[in-house]
Amino acid sequence: MSVELFDCRDTWAATLANLAREDDRIMAVVNDSVGSSKLGDFQKEFPARTVNVGIAEQNMVGVANGLANGGRVPFVSAAGCFLTARAMEQIKADVVYSRANVKLVGHSPGVAYGELGPTHHSIEDFAWLRTLPGWHVLAPASPKETEQVVRWAAAHDGPVYLRVARMGVPEIYGDDYRFEPGKAVTIREGNDVTLAATGVTVTRALAAADLLAIGGVFARVLSLPSIVPLDAEAVLAAARETAGIVTVEEANVAGLGGAIAELVSESHPCPVRRIGFRDFATTGSAEWLLDHIGASAQGIAEVARELMMGAK
Amino acid sequence: MTNGYADLAAAAAASGSLLPEPDREIAVLGRVPVGASREAAITHLQRAAIEVRRRSIQTVGDVGAGHIGGEFSITDALVTLYLSEMNISPEQVEACDPERDRLVLSKGHAANALYTTLVAGGYIPAQSLRTFLQPQSLLNGHPARTKIKAVEASTGPLGHGLPIAVGMALAAKLARSPRRTFVLLGDGEMQEGANWEAIMCAAHQRLSGLIGVLDRNRLQQGARVEDTNGLEPIADKLRAFGWEVIEIDGHDFAALLDAFAATPAVSGKPTMIIAHTDKGAPVSYMRDNVAWHHKVPNAEQVALALIELDAILAGIGKDAK
Repeated sequence: MSVELFDCRDTWAATLANLAREDDRIMAVVNDSVGSSKLGDFQKEFPARTVNVGIAEQNMVGVANGLANGGRVPFVSAAGCFLTARAMEQIKADVVYSRANVKLVGHSPGVAYGELGPTHHSIEDFAWLRTLPGWHVLAPASPKETEQVVRWAAAHDGPVYLRVARMGVPEIYGDDYRFEPGKAVTIREGNDVTLAATGVTVTRALAAADLLAIGGVFARVLSLPSIVPLDAEAVLAAARETAGIVTVEEANVAGLGGAIAELVSESHPCPVRRIGFRDFATTGSAEWLLDHIGASAQGIAEVARELMMGAK
Repeated sequence: MTNGYADLAAAAAASGSLLPEPDREIAVLGRVPVGASREAAITHLQRAAIEVRRRSIQTVGDVGAGHIGGEFSITDALVTLYLSEMNISPEQVEACDPERDRLVLSKGHAANALYTTLVAGGYIPAQSLRTFLQPQSLLNGHPARTKIKAVEASTGPLGHGLPIAVGMALAAKLARSPRRTFVLLGDGEMQEGANWEAIMCAAHQRLSGLIGVLDRNRLQQGARVEDTNGLEPIADKLRAFGWEVIEIDGHDFAALLDAFAATPAVSGKPTMIIAHTDKGAPVSYMRDNVAWHHKVPNAEQVALALIELDAILAGIGKDAK
């Protein structure tokens, strides 16, 4: 039996178009990234509300600030690697410090560009962006969550960064799922050990929990669509109630892993193991790279078992 | 999130570390009166620009920090815009009137000149100037939109203002609004690549409502612009990028008024007004001297500047009679 996998960009594009039909403030601002953002249909339907600044990321983010000043709700839609790295100062000053009503959408995040190499990977974004205060850094894990997050971002008055996955993911939520900013979702109950994941690694953590359960280890699986603000309550509950926390992310371990390690070391120390990138990635497909760094079901389960052995 | 007039006054009153009072408080002249003759308008602006300079040099002297040279070079343009040219008022700012004209001070290090001009226009209370750079002040060394409602964009890092202004002008165009967007740029700042991204974009989008003022004082922080990474031929470059270019003496109010009156350009292109200015103008010992980028005048130098400024103030309007 094969599980159907979805490209969250399709959900993203459909949701943005639906929002734009309801609200004429909604705009897309892109850097020659109409195709990679899957905004071709959006551009056809809303040509005046699609601003393609060309290959110029710094200007792109500045323009979005100006559009927000004029009452628009711009969604800046670009490959995460270029958006965050090239325009970091604009993100800091023009968006977050300015509390501008700008939504930054990082496409093909993490190692989605696989074989294209580290210049095109966006594994640093969580670590960079989580040092900026008072905004939202989000990574939905499934199509339904992507739709929820895009809708929430449009309605929220303030800056948001959201990662839209390119790597295929299954749907893990039902129709009743509602995204809550700053809240973790306990998608599997368990009190032996905690697997804390975000974005595309959530389904991998679930698969690891299945493997662990076969051996009688009941892992709690936390999905954290909000890197900023982090759900301190859920993380500290996991620190108190389970043997420790294994973090899993399609990013440098200074992202979600760093955030959780900092929180528990200050408030309730517990064993933490971080699965993610610790170096520029080698050559390989996105799926292969995640397996290679130990973010496979087997890899995560193994680290969880090691953590529990060490904790005894 | 945004702090208006009342918060600024309260913050000033609550501050435990107010700067000294100036020799006399700045005259809040407000806008050029409706229906004023051109001569009367120019006289009004000349007075206001001297008032702004004599207040801002005292602030810089008192606090021991600031960028007085580049503040004095851009003051005449700032005063002309806020007190005459822009469709804006404290009431429009307070009400967030979407049809107000926008101004972005891209050379954010001239914040003190902006704050003092905002006082002269009645946007923020004079008392708030005594908090400049003081603990918890809303008057940062670089303007912050989250702290002062009349500040449209937080600036400071160079090369940010023009892209933001492009977005503002684009929003106006999409709304089919005649409102204009002004952006004040340093000349050294034109070395930033982001400005050229924005210059291309503004021409491509045909943003005639975007008007730049390039403060061509020829000096950057450490040296002459042309000795560092030269801009010339800057007018030709801008024209080649699809902009209208107007070159004026940036300390000549008649020229400033005429240049702004020529916007938006009928050609549909954005306009760059290259304002030839002098850093530190009109103070004799500062004028065109690279040392005065962020040098702080001592008490004697402040007094000397005030004597020169007051002499100019006393002569304003007399030539015309």
